[in-house]
Amino acid sequence: MPRIAGVDVPNDKNIWIALTYIQGVGKHISRAILKEAKVEENTKAKELTEDEISRIAQVIDRDYMVEGQYRRQLSQNIARLRDIACYRGLRHRRGLPVRGQSTRTNARTRKGPRKTVASKKGVKEKR
Amino acid sequence: MGRSLKKGPFVDEKLYGKVMKHSQSGSREPIKTWARRCTIIPEFVGFTFMVHNGRMFHRVLVTEDMVGHKLGEFSPTRTYKGHASKK
Repeated sequence: MPRIAGVDVPNDKNIWIALTYIQGVGKHISRAILKEAKVEENTKAKELTEDEISRIAQVIDRDYMVEGQYRRQLSQNIARLRDIACYRGLRHRRGLPVRGQSTRTNARTRKGPRKTVASKKGVKEKR
Repeated sequence: MGRSLKKGPFVDEKLYGKVMKHSQSGSREPIKTWARRCTIIPEFVGFTFMVHNGRMFHRVLVTEDMVGHKLGEFSPTRTYKGHASKK
């Protein structure tokens, strides 16, 4: 199992997919990396040569933000929005969807589990 | 979706003129405005705006971080303080 960009050990998938196991690398960036490093996309990760692995690592090091650095950048960006108290920042603070989605129903990813409020007048408890 | 680069950022002409006047005279008076759609450009940094939200004016002190956002983003139009909590 090759080790690329710190702790990541993708397995016997095609390298193009294996790279997406690194946080901060999606399919698009993965392809761009491989193109830059001149590595065939569809080789299995375990079949890569040492040289190819080091080329990939080099490209990632040089051009992309991954893992810890990526996470730090992300939370910094959110912290900035919170600090300046703009609309998106306020939504982050409240834990509500940020990009204008409907919140009348759904939005459970952001809001978390339902908090059912018992209705008045003893109507049978609804979901 | 973002705005076309060709057009550049949208800046309200009238507001821009006012800011320029203020910066020439060195005035720090808050600028009252309804132009919520106006992008905050670097020239606005350090000024105070009173941004209308449909009912009242929110005081917004523009800092460097706010560049690129719209004025309206800093003047919420809805009031929702959450549901009443049970005693």
